[in-house]
Amino acid sequence: WCEAQHVLPFFSMASFTRSLCSFSRINLGLQGSRVLTQVPNLSSRRTFTASKPFPVAQYGGRFTVTMLPGDGIGPEMMGYVQNIFRYAGVPVDFEVIQITKNSTDDEFENAMICIRRNGVALKGSIESKYGNASSGSRNATLRTQLDLFANVLHCKTYPSIQSRHSDVDIIIIRENTEGEYSMLEHENVKGVIESMKIITRKGSERIARYAFEYAIRHGRKKVTAVHKANIMKLSDGLFLETCRSIAKEYPEIEFSDMIVDNTCMQLVARPQQFDVMVMPNLYGNVVSNVVCGLVGGPGLLSGRNYGEHFAVFEPGTRNTGASVAGRNIANPVAMLNSACDMLEHLDLQSHADLIRDAIDRTLNVDKIHTADLGGQATSLDVVQNIIHVIQANTKDSSW
Amino acid sequence: NFPQERQVEMAGRVAKFLISGARLAGVRHYSSDARTVTLIPGDGIGPEISAAVQKIFSAAEVPIVWEEVDVTPVKGPDGKFGIPPAAIDSVNRNGIGLKGPLMTPVGKGHRSLNLAIRKEFNLYANVRPCRSMEGYETLYRDVDVVTIRENTEGEYSGIEHEIVDGVVQSIKLITEPASRRVAEYAFQYARNNGRSKVTAVHKANIMRMSDGLFLRCCREAAERNPDIKFEEKYLDTVCLNMVQDPSKYDVLVMPNLYGDILSDLCAGLVGGLGLTPSGNIGEGGAVFESVHGTAPDIAGQDKANPTALLLSAVMMLRFMNLYNHATIIEQACFETIKEGNFRTGDLGGKAKCSEFTDEICRKIQERNG
Repeated sequence: WCEAQHVLPFFSMASFTRSLCSFSRINLGLQGSRVLTQVPNLSSRRTFTASKPFPVAQYGGRFTVTMLPGDGIGPEMMGYVQNIFRYAGVPVDFEVIQITKNSTDDEFENAMICIRRNGVALKGSIESKYGNASSGSRNATLRTQLDLFANVLHCKTYPSIQSRHSDVDIIIIRENTEGEYSMLEHENVKGVIESMKIITRKGSERIARYAFEYAIRHGRKKVTAVHKANIMKLSDGLFLETCRSIAKEYPEIEFSDMIVDNTCMQLVARPQQFDVMVMPNLYGNVVSNVVCGLVGGPGLLSGRNYGEHFAVFEPGTRNTGASVAGRNIANPVAMLNSACDMLEHLDLQSHADLIRDAIDRTLNVDKIHTADLGGQATSLDVVQNIIHVIQANTKDSSW
Repeated sequence: NFPQERQVEMAGRVAKFLISGARLAGVRHYSSDARTVTLIPGDGIGPEISAAVQKIFSAAEVPIVWEEVDVTPVKGPDGKFGIPPAAIDSVNRNGIGLKGPLMTPVGKGHRSLNLAIRKEFNLYANVRPCRSMEGYETLYRDVDVVTIRENTEGEYSGIEHEIVDGVVQSIKLITEPASRRVAEYAFQYARNNGRSKVTAVHKANIMRMSDGLFLRCCREAAERNPDIKFEEKYLDTVCLNMVQDPSKYDVLVMPNLYGDILSDLCAGLVGGLGLTPSGNIGEGGAVFESVHGTAPDIAGQDKANPTALLLSAVMMLRFMNLYNHATIIEQACFETIKEGNFRTGDLGGKAKCSEFTDEICRKIQERNG
């Protein structure tokens, strides 16, 4: 709407809102109807859920992105990202904010303001402090405050990485804000603790629609909803019902549903049967870790968190990697893949391709693998190889 | 002809023995008389595989008397469907039960039968050992994990309500006594079965108070059992490592939902639910069951694989301290599967259920001389 205001200053906001609503695919009342046309002015890369374009901070051709290194291996990885971006000539400036497990609420609030201003963030994992039961997990709070309702993981087997299963190509779309992670707990009686799991129709509709839209946009054929509605009849029942009703609007996509324990069993036996999977929060955690393990481990995959207005990119399995921090053995590929996803989001496709090609060359051709992939290389070896490949490819171009 | 004091002393000892025996009546039995065990054949392939197990047990001359009951729900005086009281009495009396697969009718308002049995007999721990089976190879070779899952509360407490239209809330309940019970059992199991490590699986970074309480109970149990190693891991880490290197884990203890998912994951690693035994331990007794479905499509055709129910029955024998019989039957079963001539359809063979059973009986009789 800000653009609309510049262009058509004489229309009143309310009437313009109403007419815009009728054109946008996702209108504010979320009565999504498929017949309406696409949202104008959105590049298909930026995602199709937003009713307004994503805000990005772009000044003089350079983007500003918030960077939250977090704990564990985060700071090292972020250092590598900045280094590689320099060699690849990426027009992105990072606003680095240190949020660790000891940060105060004020510092956290400032980080939120920064992300809202910039619209895009690259994030490591923030460790949780155990003893204090009142402060929630910072990572989860970040996601709910920014309303990043969709977590997308694209898990694909790498040709040169040893894994028991080949030809895995699964997209996991996980609801990111509600479900078991609502962090509403109380102790009514000493020794009895209740924890609430909240499922809303609005939240389920959003994520289901996102999943189907994603499937269509990326040429996928099948969407599987993962749930446990045989036991949690009302909550997961609501989720499943919602998915089924949204599925009716997309008849060209095959829809099926599966109970979560059966899903895990099928995943370890025959993961090739899955295409796109959509699920509530906790099952998403389990399934994404299982699939990441099948594909090659926590060091490779990146996770994208999308909301209506903001996007945050982080390594797929959200580990802090405390056991490998500071020893130069962590795998930097996950963070670099996240950085490339971020570049694609900002529409810097050529830079993203350049870095992805270098990563691909390093892993599959030069076969420089860190310890988690069964190799002997250090993180720095991987990074330096990537830089060499980038330098070789950009020798003749001038910035 | 014994002197007065001697008689009193003997009477005292006998009384003490009886009392201690009565207290442990549901758990251990020291005499060598035949024990009565409740048998719930179940639906679908249930009757066939129960018959197979009974046949094998008689071939092995196990001192057990079977008492068959039917748990099809009947309408109680209050109009609600429930387990028939005869079945409840039987299990309460005997303390041990063996259950085949039950069919849960689909529909709202009808509680899952399995859940009802669990609640009725207060079965608080579900134990599922998953071991790679020689002769039926999957992609994972070195699996030897036992999942111990809290069985009564947690996410499956069944407390759900719709707060406003379109917003549903489901309550996960974690209590201290239940967590303490299952943690203590986990360490006891580890000790009784020669296991070296217990891992508590949790998500206390997100669910601080509930999983935090569970974790605290596990830590306290660990302090009381210093001879067993203890560690705590996040659920996602365990999932990740389990599919990459299952040999990292030994005994896992966790709340209800995580246990459900992880135990099925481990079953998938070794070949599916058709080969996995399962035991539910309660305070007054135990019910052992096969966890696969009723397979109505092959019911009555002599195609079913009784391995899961048989291995559960072996677990039951060990629980009853009949270790020798347990080992003999288990060995016979593993050898039959390894040799491969008598595998049933789900393991890739062509043998009938009765042929498989007969082969195991033959091996047992050979062994017993």
